[in-house]
Amino acid sequence: MQTIEQLVNKEYEYGFVTNIEEETIPRGLNEDIVKIISSKKNEPEWMLEWRLKAYRYWLTMEEPTWPNVKYQKIDYNNIFYYSAPKTKPNLEGLDQVDPELLKTYEKLGISLTEQKRLTGVAVDVIFDSVSVATTYKEKLNELGIIFCSFSEAVKDHPDLVKKYMGSVVPYTDNYFATLNSAVFSDGSFCYIPPGVKCPMELSTYFRINAAETGQFERTLIIADKGAKVSYLEGCTAPIRDTNQLHAAVVELIALEDGEVKYSTVQNWYAGDKDGKGGIYNFVTKRGNCAGKNSKISWTQVETGSAITWKYPSVILNGENSIGEFYSVAVVNNHQQADTGTKMIHIGKNTKSTIISKGISAGYGDNTYRGLVRIGKNASNSRNYTQCDSMLMGNKCSANTFPYIEVKNTTSNVEHEASTSKIGEDQIFYCKQRGLNTENAISMIVNGFAKEVFKNLPMEFAVEAQKLLGISLEGSVG
Amino acid sequence: MLQINNLHASISGKKILNGITLNVNPGEVHAIMGPNGSGKSTLAQLLAGHPAYQILEGEIKYEGNDLSELEAEKRAQAGIFLAFQYPIEIPGVSNSYFLKTGLNEIRKSRGQEPLDAFEFLKLIREKMKLVEMDESFINRPVNQGYSGGEKKRNEILQMAVLEPKLAILDETDSGLDIDALKIVAGGVNKLRNSNRSIIVVTHYQRLLNYIVPDFVHVLMNGKIVKSGGKELALELEEFGYDKIKVEVENGVSV
Repeated sequence: MQTIEQLVNKEYEYGFVTNIEEETIPRGLNEDIVKIISSKKNEPEWMLEWRLKAYRYWLTMEEPTWPNVKYQKIDYNNIFYYSAPKTKPNLEGLDQVDPELLKTYEKLGISLTEQKRLTGVAVDVIFDSVSVATTYKEKLNELGIIFCSFSEAVKDHPDLVKKYMGSVVPYTDNYFATLNSAVFSDGSFCYIPPGVKCPMELSTYFRINAAETGQFERTLIIADKGAKVSYLEGCTAPIRDTNQLHAAVVELIALEDGEVKYSTVQNWYAGDKDGKGGIYNFVTKRGNCAGKNSKISWTQVETGSAITWKYPSVILNGENSIGEFYSVAVVNNHQQADTGTKMIHIGKNTKSTIISKGISAGYGDNTYRGLVRIGKNASNSRNYTQCDSMLMGNKCSANTFPYIEVKNTTSNVEHEASTSKIGEDQIFYCKQRGLNTENAISMIVNGFAKEVFKNLPMEFAVEAQKLLGISLEGSVG
Repeated sequence: MLQINNLHASISGKKILNGITLNVNPGEVHAIMGPNGSGKSTLAQLLAGHPAYQILEGEIKYEGNDLSELEAEKRAQAGIFLAFQYPIEIPGVSNSYFLKTGLNEIRKSRGQEPLDAFEFLKLIREKMKLVEMDESFINRPVNQGYSGGEKKRNEILQMAVLEPKLAILDETDSGLDIDALKIVAGGVNKLRNSNRSIIVVTHYQRLLNYIVPDFVHVLMNGKIVKSGGKELALELEEFGYDKIKVEVENGVSV
């Protein structure tokens, strides 16, 4: 039987570096850097002011130490905060995008030209700090849907940006979100007008290329009254032996009868088998069910990053609104994850569902941390939480920290948790029926995560299943 | 079909099998009986390729080839099937997906085309009748939430679908009431044919009333101490294992 040691060294498929001339600004962080970033992007004064307020506030904050993760202190003055391909990205057409860049995305399986022609997915692509291409823009325009880079939105749709940016994650929110507010480079912006159902999946593909560069993107999605949208996010990074910081902010807003479904397959470089290198993924994602009958749903498959620290959350303001969180988090080798969600019930008859599946292998350390808070006016609200952990081998760990606060007597909160161990016996059983070890593990793990995968859009689900197989290859010995 | 010569084996340093010799020809049904701890399940698991067991001495030949270096899935692909004493649960994986994947791997190894979903569904429905299983089991997760009897029936269903050349039934009767026992045994009998060999591992004679063996072997302390026809099982039922133990201790030739 093959053992962990024999199989574990599966190469990270996306670890290549693109040779492209990049424009960076000096290392370090101060007001001048914030101003340079803002001027690089030709931002209006109000945007710069907002960044500076955030920066000044950040100086008064301390890096949080409560997450159940360990890492060397980050030297924020030794990071590049902005890096962009030198060829000026032409946002009107793909023809003028640097061919090296297009090649990069083709290698990643995101063929922009093909995407444009064949599939029903509109893609916005973020390379290091800037958005390099948005496909399908015109078609979406006809429906009044705005899907563009954040920088463009600041210029072309300032009223929407001013109204909603920071409305869910204020610039004072937390250390990393505040840092992002000061130095964010680009990201995606999406607005679906009243009554419109977005006819295709919208997708952003994030790629970190430059070394020692932080990536700080911001995504803002608004579903106006009765609007619906499904949004996909994918991410990869080259193999580097230094750690890189990724501190993003995602804000979702659903107005009355609006729906936003946000799916992520996160496959940042996780570091090597000894835990060297990899991305620190410190992300703030939050949605506001602002209107009646609105719905926000997060689905995430977290397989990459050296450290993952994020809690996609929903604030259930509107009556009868619904919040959902479906998560599969995998840690192998020396990866650490502290992830979960917050469901804040404020409106009446609000409902939330949390399904979390944690898989730990190697020396991985996996923590679920979740808060369910039901306020005193949120009468007749419900939450169902299920947290399952699966362990492979004897050196990994799984932790669950559920926090539950209920302030009225008409609401109902259920919590279920389980821990299981993938055993030699399960694998032997599959092998005895003709499957090899890899297929057996893949089948067992995918079965475990099935409730989450079924919430992913079809194409993403297939990718996620494969990814899970690769991440865990040889992790049972 | 199967030749075991002077097989000695251990698990985590503890010696369990102490020189087993057994010859099984195509179409034969052999029953291996013995008291608890005699090494019956070890033998069954070892033949199927469980990695925890270590062969110390002797050899196992299957269709003329040495089996000892072969991974469990290769043995399955070569036509060896083990019906587990304690069938394993695989949450979230449907019975049909599990079995279809296994069957198609086996077919692939033989250069056969994989069955598509429709062909497979037809096949599994047909085979389910053999063990009187309800069709709802097609989509239920593998063994999860099944009763003891349902699990054992599911094992025989898998055997029927995979059509092995050598089937090893490890205590398939344990935990079954008499009705379930009859159904399971009936399923096995329908799968008997002149090319398929079956090894029935059991503690009790009861199962052998329904699956009538050609040969019965008594295993004690990791060794076959007595072999005979089906009447040997009846003798065991009447006198218990103690009588044979005494015979062995007194050096009576068996």
